[in-house]
Amino acid sequence: MTETSTLPKNKVPSSITQVGITTKYTFIDYFRSRRFFILLTITLLIGALLTVLVGYYQPDSFLASELGFYSNWWGNSATYVIILSGIFFGGDAIVGEFQNKTGYFGLPNPIRRSSVYIGKMLAAFSASTAILGIFTLITVVNGVYYFGLSVPLEFAQSVLFAWFYLASVIGFTFFFSSLFKSSTMSTIVTAILFLFAFSLIQTLVSTLVGIEPWFILTYGAQIIGNVLTVPYPEHKVVTSFGGGGQAGVNVGFSLTTFNAQIPVGLAIIGIYFIVTAVLGLILFEIKEFSG
Amino acid sequence: MPFKLRLICMRMIIMPSIEASNLSKHYGSFAAVSKLNLKIEGAKCVGFLGPNGAGKTTTLKMFTDLIRPSSGEALINGINVHKQKRKALESVGTLIEMPEIYPALTPREALSMIAEIRGVPKAERKTRIEEAVAEVRMNEWIDKRVGKFSKGMKQRICVASAILSDPSVVLLDEPTSGLDPRGMSEVRDIIKALKNKKRLIFMSSHLLSEVSDVCDEVAIIDHGELLVYDTLSNVTSKVSGGESVVEIGLRNTVDAEQVTKIAAKLPYIAKAEKSDGTTFRIHFDGGLEAQEKLLADLVKMKIGIVSYKPASSALEGAYLSLIKNTL
Repeated sequence: MTETSTLPKNKVPSSITQVGITTKYTFIDYFRSRRFFILLTITLLIGALLTVLVGYYQPDSFLASELGFYSNWWGNSATYVIILSGIFFGGDAIVGEFQNKTGYFGLPNPIRRSSVYIGKMLAAFSASTAILGIFTLITVVNGVYYFGLSVPLEFAQSVLFAWFYLASVIGFTFFFSSLFKSSTMSTIVTAILFLFAFSLIQTLVSTLVGIEPWFILTYGAQIIGNVLTVPYPEHKVVTSFGGGGQAGVNVGFSLTTFNAQIPVGLAIIGIYFIVTAVLGLILFEIKEFSG
Repeated sequence: MPFKLRLICMRMIIMPSIEASNLSKHYGSFAAVSKLNLKIEGAKCVGFLGPNGAGKTTTLKMFTDLIRPSSGEALINGINVHKQKRKALESVGTLIEMPEIYPALTPREALSMIAEIRGVPKAERKTRIEEAVAEVRMNEWIDKRVGKFSKGMKQRICVASAILSDPSVVLLDEPTSGLDPRGMSEVRDIIKALKNKKRLIFMSSHLLSEVSDVCDEVAIIDHGELLVYDTLSNVTSKVSGGESVVEIGLRNTVDAEQVTKIAAKLPYIAKAEKSDGTTFRIHFDGGLEAQEKLLADLVKMKIGIVSYKPASSALEGAYLSLIKNTL
């Protein structure tokens, strides 16, 4: 046959533009999804619960000082909001492309897999930032109510660190999402790691063995709460129990606690983000739609 | 002629093509596709047939970079899909398996995403999306969320996505799968319309009648190996010892005696038989030339022909014979 065909006048945009396109539509999908509303509800519930409890009981730990308020309110809860956001938006982000077959719609197009990966990551980061932003707003409104308009600089620093930590958690969840074949498995393993395993390993390593757990992401995330403590906590704290203080007699024991310092914490968060994001991307690039 | 104009003219005369060159895909010791060599060029519709697990979908996935070949190359318009995916797929519309669409998006948004990724000009985007959606009869649902759609409705949107950017090559993996009879017929009409627009369509299907109805050529694959690639009539005549079968539809009811009389007037007809009230089948020797002559002779007889097409059962016979030989 010799029939000819005119080529279309479409001009495929650059990969960076395609990242933006993927981010935009994935964000719309996230924003309208049930998971967004569930997470929003959980965040509002945490905020409402804290508002009611602090308002009703007026605890000294919260209301004695401005930094104490932000430390107790934000320092203890923000990491959970971040972890939940990461799990909700990152848990099945990549594995879903294979398992739910959404990849068959977007990927057989003139677009690099890396553009889809980065676009989806940015969308998950944006949706999580929106949730974290709402929790920040609730914190600030309560802080302003009790202490006036002077929001401490340490809180701004803590919010910034929390935002970095969010990026790292998203990177980590995307890595697991690329690694597993089932979204349920990916989500459960990520949740167990962040909510239990990391804390457990961190405690065992530092308390019993006396080694600084610099290789655990949640250890690096300590800086979110630590920065709200004045003075900044000591790097290494050894607490001794028993022993009676008699020379040469050691019947007691000591526990070691490490507090991540800001440069170390930022380094841990940054390295985790880079390593897991890159590994996740490599896995996504080599994974095949063979199912 | 200025260089730019010459370039435009060259682009205008490029024939759409897809080519598998020694294309193989192995999973351990299992060869899903084995040294497939197939070159399809020009505006036509080619049916890709084979039993389950023959390697049809794997081949199409290698043509869309969803799977990497173990060896060999998949080329579209002369461009290696795996080395230059963005360039190779810029003028390709695809429908592989039964894709899912992000559930919270509407068809308008999902198709906007594809249109933007494919670089459909902003000024044309809205019109093209609405036309594509109209073509698959989903106008009423264009602003409803996809999450609530049935399988068939989603499949229609995916067909719309494949034709949205007016591609020169269309790769379809069982495009009518999951559709109701009306949907199947509409998708076939869309494929026929694409043929008229001078596109190269490569479609896998299990429905031999569909392939007979829509395709000009057929490639049959089994155990990952290409068994045959030729025109529909050549494939059927080769396998049936040179005999082809066409199905003829008449405006009026036809009886057995009339069919016999027609056959008697044309000596090259091997056999003629009545199918139902208004259709009959003619077995004859030869390929496309004989088929053309037969049509001309029948038209001269003024018997009220309203349709004339290669019989699907002939393809079925050829298909079964080829597949049986490889068992």
